[in-house]
Amino acid sequence: MLDDSEGYVTTDGRKIGGVVMEMKNITLRFGGVVAIKDISFDIREGEIRAIIGPNGAGKSSMLNVISGFYVPQEGEVWFRGAKRPPMKPYEVARQGIARTFQNIALFEGMTVLDNVMTGRLTQMSQNIFTQALWKGKAEKEEVENREMAEKIIDFLEIQRIRKTPVSRLPYGLKKRVELARALVAEPKLLLLDEPMAGMNVEEKEDMSRFILDVNDEFGTTIALIEHDMGVVMDLSDRVVVMDYGKKIGDGTPDEVRRNQDVIDAYLGVAHD
Amino acid sequence: MFYREAGDFKTSYIDDGQTFPIRFDRYRFYAVLAVAFLVVPFIVGDYTANAILLPFLIYAIAAIGLNILTGYCGQVSLGTGGFMAVGAYACYKLMTAFPEVSIFIHVILSGGVTAAVGVLFGLPSLRIKGFYLAVATLAAQFFLVWLFNRVPWFYNYSASGQISAPEREVFGVAVTGPHTEAWATYLFCLVFCLGTGLVARNLTRGTLGRSWMAIRDMDIAAEIIGVNPLRAKLTAFAVSSFFVGIAGALFFAVYLGAVEVGEVFGIQKSFLVLFMIIIGGLGSIFGSFAGAAFLVLLPVILKLVGVNLLGFPTDIVAHFQLIIVGSLIILFLVLEPHGIARLWNVTREKLRLWPFPH
Repeated sequence: MLDDSEGYVTTDGRKIGGVVMEMKNITLRFGGVVAIKDISFDIREGEIRAIIGPNGAGKSSMLNVISGFYVPQEGEVWFRGAKRPPMKPYEVARQGIARTFQNIALFEGMTVLDNVMTGRLTQMSQNIFTQALWKGKAEKEEVENREMAEKIIDFLEIQRIRKTPVSRLPYGLKKRVELARALVAEPKLLLLDEPMAGMNVEEKEDMSRFILDVNDEFGTTIALIEHDMGVVMDLSDRVVVMDYGKKIGDGTPDEVRRNQDVIDAYLGVAHD
Repeated sequence: MFYREAGDFKTSYIDDGQTFPIRFDRYRFYAVLAVAFLVVPFIVGDYTANAILLPFLIYAIAAIGLNILTGYCGQVSLGTGGFMAVGAYACYKLMTAFPEVSIFIHVILSGGVTAAVGVLFGLPSLRIKGFYLAVATLAAQFFLVWLFNRVPWFYNYSASGQISAPEREVFGVAVTGPHTEAWATYLFCLVFCLGTGLVARNLTRGTLGRSWMAIRDMDIAAEIIGVNPLRAKLTAFAVSSFFVGIAGALFFAVYLGAVEVGEVFGIQKSFLVLFMIIIGGLGSIFGSFAGAAFLVLLPVILKLVGVNLLGFPTDIVAHFQLIIVGSLIILFLVLEPHGIARLWNVTREKLRLWPFPH
């Protein structure tokens, strides 16, 4: 099923398209430490792709490579059919890759609405002079921006806090606002770095629902890192398993669950 | 009683995003404008204009400029005095080189020149942050003052090393030079002050303002969501210097008339404008006005109370002023880092609900 280059159909009947992003033989070193060693995998259009692994496996480093924060020493990153040259994170964002952070990285001094609207900066085209005049083009663009922001705010059910400064919000809501900020950019690929970290069961259920809804409603391709195995196995279509910077498994949740290397990595191996 | 938003529903995003969403605020703003343009020019005297109104308007422009850079974009600058000097000298060179062009255009062009210089000195901001950037802008301050002192071309080789504004007119009324009327200079500065206020408000509430605040609050996250940090910081430096340059040009041409750079645009000026935005409120246009008004009025009021009412010697009152400003800055930094603007907002929240506590 996975060998089909034209895509595949998931167990719940969603049609998954061609390859959006392909990592080819990525190796990332920090001095003498090898964080990622010769890893290849692909992300297909419309799927939810998880990257899992024990602590220090190199998952976050992998996400940082995708979002352009780290430049790998070896290997190639292909995005939408073209090899991506080394570029700055903001250029990566302009290509249509949005992300959230493990430790919330919201703009604390701004309101929820402003945070969400900032997420659409890449779509803004008005220059400094039309903005200084405001009336006319800049105002029109601002209203369009606001409409899109409100759509996402509705979608994630954060209407009543839209004018609250982010610094006053509890953790779970901040996570949701961060998701809104990433979504409003209408990304072609959405990266989620531990979207459920530090949440209770109820919040995790909410967040899982939102992730599935986003994928369903907007057809957004999602790559996520997560520690909660139950969540990962339920949410994702395909899973990459990393351990000590190496890829030890790749496939559907069921395949991964039966993979002996994966079981060894998580449960440990008896030394005899 | 009248400070209510109940029943004042917004049905469009344009209405919701306007500068004064509460009706009472909006009408009060129009009332202030009407008084400023239609009443004050007829009653203003030389003393009020020169001691209060002109410095207030000009410092407000400078404070808005610095607030955009420091309050909105988070880049500390101690070079405000130097950049004001750039505006003043640019205006002087333009006025003497092209006497037939309107002074109005000269002042705006001076802002443009200052913006270019600001961008140049803003370049290090991509690599250095916080205190180190402050020191870099401090270097700009001293370098610019030194430059204007040492290169005679800037003061047209005059023997005194000073620059003095030749007489220029707008619509046949003198606004610079020795024969100016108080109302004319006041109106001239008021137009610029209103213009800068509106432009600053428009820039800070839109896309550009959000990219500045994103850089201020968390630069790494800003970059990840698509803010080009170099662009955001340099536009902040450019816009900020543009306003500061206009303030410098007005300060020299309209307010003082003649300037000795080291005295007028020294490091004290940088600190004065910085104190204005700290006391007024970082990241607030209203705060820039409030801070400027406060620090302009404080010496006047102290003099009125101390010298005229209580009969203290002038030098003692001057010392008191230093003590009061110093302790106020410490108080504001500790108790209310967002300054008068935040105090005003809190009062407003209370007023909206008055007489109910919640």
